[in-house]
Amino acid sequence: MNAPAKLAAPIGILAELTHRCPLGCPYCSNPLALDPRVEELDAETWKRVFSEAAAAGVLHAHLSGGEPASRRDLVEIVAHCAKVGLYTNLITSGIGITPAVMARLSEAGLDHVQLSIQDADPVSADKIAGYAGGFARKREVAGLVTGAGLPLTVNAVIHRANVARAGAMVELAIALGARRVEVAHTQYYGWAMVNRAALLPSRAEAQAAIEEVERLRKLHEGRIVIDHVIPDYHARYPKACMGGWARRTLNVTPTGRVLPCHAAETIPGLEFWNVKEHSLAEIWASSPAFNAFRGTEWMREPCRSCPRKEIDFGGCRCQAMAMTGDPRQADPVCHLSPHHSAIEAALGNPASAGEVEYQYRRMVRVPAAAE
Amino acid sequence: MSAETIAIAEEVRPRLPRGVRLRHDETRREWTLLAPERVLKADRIAVEILKRCTGEKTLREIVDELTAAYGADRARVDTDVRALLAQLVAKRMVDL
Ligand code: SF4
Ligand code: SF4
Repeated sequence: MNAPAKLAAPIGILAELTHRCPLGCPYCSNPLALDPRVEELDAETWKRVFSEAAAAGVLHAHLSGGEPASRRDLVEIVAHCAKVGLYTNLITSGIGITPAVMARLSEAGLDHVQLSIQDADPVSADKIAGYAGGFARKREVAGLVTGAGLPLTVNAVIHRANVARAGAMVELAIALGARRVEVAHTQYYGWAMVNRAALLPSRAEAQAAIEEVERLRKLHEGRIVIDHVIPDYHARYPKACMGGWARRTLNVTPTGRVLPCHAAETIPGLEFWNVKEHSLAEIWASSPAFNAFRGTEWMREPCRSCPRKEIDFGGCRCQAMAMTGDPRQADPVCHLSPHHSAIEAALGNPASAGEVEYQYRRMVRVPAAAE
Repeated sequence: MSAETIAIAEEVRPRLPRGVRLRHDETRREWTLLAPERVLKADRIAVEILKRCTGEKTLREIVDELTAAYGADRARVDTDVRALLAQLVAKRMVDL
């Protein structure tokens, strides 16, 4: 395989503990075919996975979902992560985090909470999440987090329905007591791809939001840290997706499949190994899916001879797959890609607000053709 | 405004807030400062400073201790400590 001789250890693990979630965000990055509860890994297996992760050099454990609080054994899993020395981050919608659960999580050694908000406007927020009363619950949960003395990050995904309030969401994060806010423009995979026509803002709207957030970054320096993920559809060069395929992180699905990124299963023909059959170290080093696009050997032109190939690693494989049908192509976001016109076309005619209904993320079996 | 110019009073008691951890990384054989989505390498000097950021010692005491421990020039140590703290305060990784 083309893995480099000396393989750097992974830094982070993103554990999708469950795909169950009370919300239905139309931009959810989970796959369309959500894993059912009966097939989820049990707590003992997750604990082994986290022990193996720590031993392999992982520093950060991100407990995600779905909604991780949908699992009754969440506290037990957190306690184990803390025990093996992982920096443990809970990525939550807040729904299901009661005062009692929060207290137990804090006591178990949780390091950090990342709470999602859908909008700064309560009515719009609940409509986006497809969940009445969600916004109010999130405000309470933010108070529980800071009340427990835990650092809070607020996470906001930007799309057409809230793009005008990107700045207001930063202000809301400050008001909620967050030390850090993540403002991420929607990335179009999974459910977001299905809903792209309803989500994509105009170039002017996106640009105005970016400028506003950058202005607030300077204004609030030292008060809140702003991590800003700008929309890659509007960029000249792609991002080094995940810091490069199989270079920094692993992603474990609720049923134990280990992926280089959460959308990797959209690439046909990749062989993913499962934690039920292999150790995490084995998977990191030898899983065919991890080695498929590791390094630069797999590249085609224009990436192969490009001076940026060790900087962005050709961008996102899943986006290349989705928009060109070939995962070895340059990410079409790159202006050097022969398929860049596909991005221009998507940007050219976003539907006007309210025209397109969301297809909410729901746990239903989707027909194979839709995957 | 560069972070280094932020004035820090002698009597503040810097501390690592919950959610920021100084940890030795066995795999990479280096010290790291862990925070949400951040891993900063800490060199020897940074480690010595950060170990003393417990919320109990004042900035003055930390500088005095390091000056004594390393037989270094106090003004130099003072500059180093302030520079590191200012940087980390801006990143919200140290509270004063
Ligand atoms: S993005 Fe929304 S629907 Fe998806 S897991 Fe998070 S809260 Fe649930
Ligand atoms: S050609 Fe490939 S490597 Fe070069 S900038 Fe574009 S995506 Fe990155």
